[in-house]
Amino acid sequence: MSALLTVHDPRGYPPKVTGKRLAPRLASLEGKTVHLVDCLFDNTDVFMRELKDWFATRMPSVRTEILRPRESWVDDPALRARVVAEADAAIFAVGL
Amino acid sequence: MAVEADGVPTVAVHTHVFARLARNAARVNGTPTLRQAFVPQPVVGQSAAQLRAYIEGVDPVNQRPFIQEVIDGLTAPLTEADLTGVSFERNTPRLLEPGTEADLARRFEEERWTDYLPIVLPTEERVAAMLEGTSRKPDEVVGRMRPTNYREFWEYTVEKVAVNAVMAGARPAYFPVILAMAASGMTARQSSTTSWAAPAIVNGPIRNEIGMHCGIGALGPYSHANVAIGRAHALLSQNLQGGSVIGDTYMGSIGNVHNYACTWAENEERSPWEPLHVQHGFRPEESTVTVFLGGWYVISGYGPRATWEERFRHCLAACEPYSPPILLLDPSSAQAFVERGFTKKQQVIDWCAANAVVTAREYWDDPWIQTLIKPHAVAGVEPWAGMLKAAPDAPVRKYRAQDISVVVLGGETQAAWKMVGGNFARARIMRIDDWR
Repeated sequence: MSALLTVHDPRGYPPKVTGKRLAPRLASLEGKTVHLVDCLFDNTDVFMRELKDWFATRMPSVRTEILRPRESWVDDPALRARVVAEADAAIFAVGL
Repeated sequence: MAVEADGVPTVAVHTHVFARLARNAARVNGTPTLRQAFVPQPVVGQSAAQLRAYIEGVDPVNQRPFIQEVIDGLTAPLTEADLTGVSFERNTPRLLEPGTEADLARRFEEERWTDYLPIVLPTEERVAAMLEGTSRKPDEVVGRMRPTNYREFWEYTVEKVAVNAVMAGARPAYFPVILAMAASGMTARQSSTTSWAAPAIVNGPIRNEIGMHCGIGALGPYSHANVAIGRAHALLSQNLQGGSVIGDTYMGSIGNVHNYACTWAENEERSPWEPLHVQHGFRPEESTVTVFLGGWYVISGYGPRATWEERFRHCLAACEPYSPPILLLDPSSAQAFVERGFTKKQQVIDWCAANAVVTAREYWDDPWIQTLIKPHAVAGVEPWAGMLKAAPDAPVRKYRAQDISVVVLGGETQAAWKMVGGNFARARIMRIDDWR
């Protein structure tokens, strides 16, 4: 029988995960302001313009505005603050 | 996710190939039920009409109309799971359950803790021997690393770095170099769809102390130290950052052969110029390792010969715009530049910056320039703001001089050179002596 070896685990230490609740949902989008956040991936601007146009055509009571962070790949607290202050809901195009 | 925490309902939109990654990222944020909608890959290169069809079509992951997923994501009532999220701890044990050598080797491979080449099992004795290579304590935290900006940082100690150094076949004498690379936080297993690697240049006395090789075949497998250190950086990156698993923590479409190992030493003794670390303010007697985000492209050539300027201009034009080159010159090539009047390394760098020219149209037609540079241009940051105003056919300089590097290595069997992608603006120079 082969001898048993004791070896180290090679993995690092992950952070503790703390559960967070989602924000309350809206009863409907009628008359609401929805921010469309373009996270600056290539051609996402075209996608967001089409999404804005879709709302304008199919759900005209929804006010939409396209927002962009100051740069990609980094958190933008000013943009987040603006969304929280001005929008009822937001759509983030994050991984296009 | 932070906007949800502030009370605004959101939906995140991704292309379908990111579904697993996006859901795992939401889970480790504590919000596994985060509303996410998907459109087909690709978005890049698609016309407005094609993207409109995505919006009016079916979400290929959730198998429902995309726009319905978006509207329901913002308006459908929350469930109990939505109100609590999920909390959990992921403990990493110090030691694994004992096993036979064959069983443990199989487990390491199945858990994706290897690069699929055989590894040295990190027994307690071997790890203890590796720890003799530094004066640092085993439980000292070395740094944090993550595969991409959208994932959480994992943390690691001196001992955890030693475990991966053993697996790579490194010797204790190499350990200060490996610790310095780990402390950089620069991952050699970047998850980006562009298949990055982490080319690294070692400078200073430690090169000779530990037997690093910078002569004939300097980039190849002709030194135990070069290969084992590079492999250790690669293995520690994937294991200490929380994995490098396709579809979850790795999305590099083509992949990169440099992900196995790419740590090289500068041939300071045969260079006519100051070494890389001295160029950046370190003393010659200090030992450093410079870790780049790069390796996306390699272009090779000879000379400088009579037409070198044309060749260099062609090659610089072909280099990826977001990733300025590390120009690797054989000592005989470097000497030939000196004979042409380039008595300082900086002159070569300045020449490359002045001659890396393309049209504005070509410069801006690049995914990373669009994503990462254009926002700076729009915000008025020079030189990019001026380049954004340039006419489409106007020539623009692709690179700033401070982002280009020149390193001398090789064995003088041929006047050869290579351009390897590696943006100095995103590199880190680490003092190895701090980790002895």
